[in-house]
Amino acid sequence: MARAIQSFFHRKGRIGYLFVLPWLIGFAVFTAYPVFYSLYLSFFQVRITSQGIDTVYAGLANYQRALVSDVTFVRQLGSYFLQTAVSVPLIVIFALMIALLLNRPIRFRGWFRTIFFLPVIISSGPVLAKLIEQKVTSIPAIEQNLFYRLAEDYRGLLVTDLFLFIMDNMIVLFWFSGVQILIFIAALQKSDKLIYEAARIDGASGWEMFWKVTLPGMAPMIVINIVYTTVMYSISSLNPIIEQIKTQMFKAETGFGYASALSWVYFVAIAALLAALTGLTAYFRAKKK
Amino acid sequence: MNVKAYDRSKAKRFLLGGSDRQGLIGQTAAYVLLIGIGFVFLYPLLFMISTSFKSLDDLLDSAVNWIPSHFYLDNYRRALEVLDYFPVLMQTALVTLLPSIIQTFMAAVIGFGFARFRFRGRNILLLLVLFTFLIPPQVTVIPRYILFNELGILDTLAAYIYPAFFGQGINAAIFILIFYQTFRQMPDALEEAAQLDGAGHPTIFFRIAIPMAASAFIVSFLFSLVWYWNETYLASIYFGESLTTLPLQLQKFTATYQAMFASASSASGGTNINEGIELAGTLLTILPLLVIYFVAQRWFVESMDRSGIAGE
Repeated sequence: MARAIQSFFHRKGRIGYLFVLPWLIGFAVFTAYPVFYSLYLSFFQVRITSQGIDTVYAGLANYQRALVSDVTFVRQLGSYFLQTAVSVPLIVIFALMIALLLNRPIRFRGWFRTIFFLPVIISSGPVLAKLIEQKVTSIPAIEQNLFYRLAEDYRGLLVTDLFLFIMDNMIVLFWFSGVQILIFIAALQKSDKLIYEAARIDGASGWEMFWKVTLPGMAPMIVINIVYTTVMYSISSLNPIIEQIKTQMFKAETGFGYASALSWVYFVAIAALLAALTGLTAYFRAKKK
Repeated sequence: MNVKAYDRSKAKRFLLGGSDRQGLIGQTAAYVLLIGIGFVFLYPLLFMISTSFKSLDDLLDSAVNWIPSHFYLDNYRRALEVLDYFPVLMQTALVTLLPSIIQTFMAAVIGFGFARFRFRGRNILLLLVLFTFLIPPQVTVIPRYILFNELGILDTLAAYIYPAFFGQGINAAIFILIFYQTFRQMPDALEEAAQLDGAGHPTIFFRIAIPMAASAFIVSFLFSLVWYWNETYLASIYFGESLTTLPLQLQKFTATYQAMFASASSASGGTNINEGIELAGTLLTILPLLVIYFVAQRWFVESMDRSGIAGE
């Protein structure tokens, strides 16, 4: 046995398995198994008894309930889709703008970076909730803006509601961009200066260079940032859905089975959004070429 | 072309051509934008600081805008009491420090394994590491809850430590990737020389790899710290009532306040909760993080350069 183990690790690379082993165990026990187990539970009626968990097969009842009869969840899912689909591009574009500004020869660049990154440190769910509660998350004095008042008069429409959502939460949306700004800056500073030199000699304007050189060069970073933003936005406790999942989890009449179904619907929704957003970027890149 | 002319033509081009003056305008516009957006970023923080020092009279007086009429500390006194500040601060430190240290060290071990060895299935496993980042915690939280319950580690710190040790803590994938990038840059010659001198893999890891990855350790530890500190969803589920953190205390701030002061307020004319007290509590919750940030600010903002995410 000992010899078998020795000969197994004799090939140089195989020692690597030993280093990666904790992750493999952890992945199996704390991620892979839970993922499948929650999928399994979502088809069951789960009850916690003194003997342990008691499961009764329920077929698609949990999903039916989530998507058909649970009015709150469907509504929350709908607004999650809209808000995320609007917020994520907004956050990424904003981050790119800031990064481009900071990539110019600017004094106090370090100070600005410090300010823009600060929210990453302090914006936990309860803190954001308190700030939203106190209405300090919209741009100061935005309520006096003509467009804002106009939109308020027509509250209830999809467009106006989205507009008001963005305006009311502008600072929170900005606050989600800290990491993305840094990723963009790091990439901009590593991009090849010679390309810009060549483009300049060919007579390209700044505007042209942005669209033809900077943006295509940033494309991989844009995809990374879209993924990062979508994930972070989806699991932030600003999202009413994750609170809903928690509530259902500890409710006697619905329990773990129903909560599992909700979390899986949510998982699929996030995956669909990720696919749509990254697919869209890929589409625009392909069209450019 | 000298530097000045080069700079000028660049700024000029940025504004779609024009005279020398427009270069200046472009630069001014950039500063105005940055300062404006910077103010908007800091606005909630400034508002918090200003409001938390206001007495009830100042809050109601519309003439008092940013500067409170006198230095008023009562809000903080009450918030400290409601948050049960210092005992909870110690608890929060424990709940965040221990998992962060373990998570950072294990991410280094795992990252080293991925970076320095070519074993079969390595790329697939690396993809799986990335994939774990995409799985929302809500999907795994219920089975983990059941599992922890069976292991008897629910309501204890172990519910954080076990996943952290096995590379499944909060955002563990990012830290594994940071170490993977760092250790990949280690020169092969160094490793070979050490091997010729008879060093085994553990020796190479501890004596060569770890010392050269100091910045990766600092960055990973700081981010772990912040993310564990700010985590309330998992904390509230895994710890129940037995452990609490400052953000969790903040979450039920209003309820706690009412339980503590509601009866007193009607009888002895005490204050009802107001935004001054609430924002004092919020500020107290983020204060330790602010201190950490301003001390270690350099490591946070340079983290992305070191992660290698932007390519070499």
